[in-house]
Amino acid sequence: MASKVIHAFYTDDDVLMHAVKKVKEAKHHIEEVYCPFPVHGLDKAMGLSSTRLAITSFMYGCVGLAVAITMMNYMMIQDWPMDIGGKPSFSYIENMPAFVPIMFELTIFFAAHLMVITFYMRSRLWPFKEAENPDKRTTDDHFLMEIEIHNNEDELMQLLAETGAVEINISEK
Amino acid sequence: MYTISNRLKIASIVLMVIGALGIGVGFVSAPGSVAEAKEMVSSHADDHSGDAHAENAAHEVHDAEHDEHVMHQLQNRPWAAVYVAAFFFFMIALGVLAFYAIQRAAQAGWSPLLFRVMEGITAYLVPGGIIVFILLALSVAHLNHLFVWMDPEVVAHDEIIRNKSGYLNGPFFLIRAAFFLGGWIFYREYSRKLSLAQDEATDNSNFVKNFKASAAFLVFYLITESMMSWDWIMSVDPHWFSTLFGWYIFASMFVSGITVIALITIYLKSKGLLADVNNSHIHDLAKFMFGISIFWTYLWFSQYMLIWYSNIPEEVTYYVTRIADFKLPFFGMVAINFLFPLLILMNSDFKRMNWFVVMAGIVILIGHYLDIFNAIMPATVGDQWFIGIPEIGAVLFFAGLFILWVFRAISKQALQPKRNPFIEESKHFHY
Repeated sequence: MASKVIHAFYTDDDVLMHAVKKVKEAKHHIEEVYCPFPVHGLDKAMGLSSTRLAITSFMYGCVGLAVAITMMNYMMIQDWPMDIGGKPSFSYIENMPAFVPIMFELTIFFAAHLMVITFYMRSRLWPFKEAENPDKRTTDDHFLMEIEIHNNEDELMQLLAETGAVEINISEK
Repeated sequence: MYTISNRLKIASIVLMVIGALGIGVGFVSAPGSVAEAKEMVSSHADDHSGDAHAENAAHEVHDAEHDEHVMHQLQNRPWAAVYVAAFFFFMIALGVLAFYAIQRAAQAGWSPLLFRVMEGITAYLVPGGIIVFILLALSVAHLNHLFVWMDPEVVAHDEIIRNKSGYLNGPFFLIRAAFFLGGWIFYREYSRKLSLAQDEATDNSNFVKNFKASAAFLVFYLITESMMSWDWIMSVDPHWFSTLFGWYIFASMFVSGITVIALITIYLKSKGLLADVNNSHIHDLAKFMFGISIFWTYLWFSQYMLIWYSNIPEEVTYYVTRIADFKLPFFGMVAINFLFPLLILMNSDFKRMNWFVVMAGIVILIGHYLDIFNAIMPATVGDQWFIGIPEIGAVLFFAGLFILWVFRAISKQALQPKRNPFIEESKHFHY
């Protein structure tokens, strides 16, 4: 099914914020907003739910800590408990201070890298990905609001013109 | 404008009276002679029926020197209890002063709303500092055995201490203490005066002067705080030294100070004062509590791990005695000061909830009291330690004094600075 979308262009982030609020008030669903830089508060105005990336990061950190403890307990205590410079390798807890730097680093390593990879996967970013921006100007100095059309072309056009859009296009998607 | 409520006044006076009674009980029940000390220890040892025989048998072969040592430890207990509590509450005010100077020097936009609260807390520097100084002077006057290097008998037979006596001697020790306290109190009074003058001024010259004074104070503070920690805390173990000790004590006082700012802010806010303080301000303070708790842990662990790893006998005894005699307070404190804030204050939403911050704050304060306790007690009372009437009494007494003095200072001026250049930004601070 070929659906039509309306593209409204803005040149100022303040105007964009007002437009987003107005369109939300008129109960239209905003498909997407393209910006050249992060606009503070835009996610709140659009009513997007907050990210859960930090929660995943905490869990990845716990995994990293578990990996570090399991690895060193196996290597240094279980598999080959050697006397290295008089360090007590009878149990994990006795030699724990020596393991803390690695426990710390692996926790950070897992938390950071797996979170970044999660971010790439969730936002579908990879090296040969085809760019998705509908208009080149949105990477430089224009903001673009995309709204799907459900037989309400004229009404939408009028509403968007009132919000201070500098250009309004209709295109097939 | 805040007026100190009668309930708070009465509560703090009650705390002081109960605390003073507790301190008095501690001094009265300290042994006066070797025989009394021996009796106290042996009656205590009878509780552990299995060890009692071995210990009693061992006691007979012990020489008189050891009995005297135990007597000194028992006599030290009420003194050490007072000293730990006095220093703990003093260091809260000093930590707040450092935080305040940093906010001014960094020209932070969020914190000017809290300046009056911070200035109120740092008012305790004067009585708290004088009490700590008197305690130090009493030690120099040989009224107690808190600092073993002050005993000429000990120094005569101890070459290590004798070699340090160029630095560790009574008069120089007191001169240094007076110098540190004088500098800190001077900055506090000067900055407070400028801060109040700025409210009435027509230009920002007071603000600029305060900025310069704060930057200069931070340089002074960094050096004197480090030396203060050698003098007042590290020198109870004159055979032991550690290079990062000053930072370690700094982290402890900094996090306690920030916690007290948060607690008092939340208290005043709950009274309907501080109308412009929103949960973003609390969130920022809680972030500092979280971050500096971890910074404290980093320093604690760095010190511990370096000494544990190399295991040089002259350094490691510090931890050997602590792990042998203070296992629960020593490791319990790390859990309280690290694991608890780490897990409680990690969530961004929790940091905005007042009761969460209050709960975490109380636990952090208990943890850092234990931190100072662990620093002083092993060298002064050794294995005769206990958190009983003298310790709790001293904490209650100084808590009462602290509350009374701080809230009296807060009630003296309007709670909101009038024309600080950043006050508008602070009112609209939102994170």
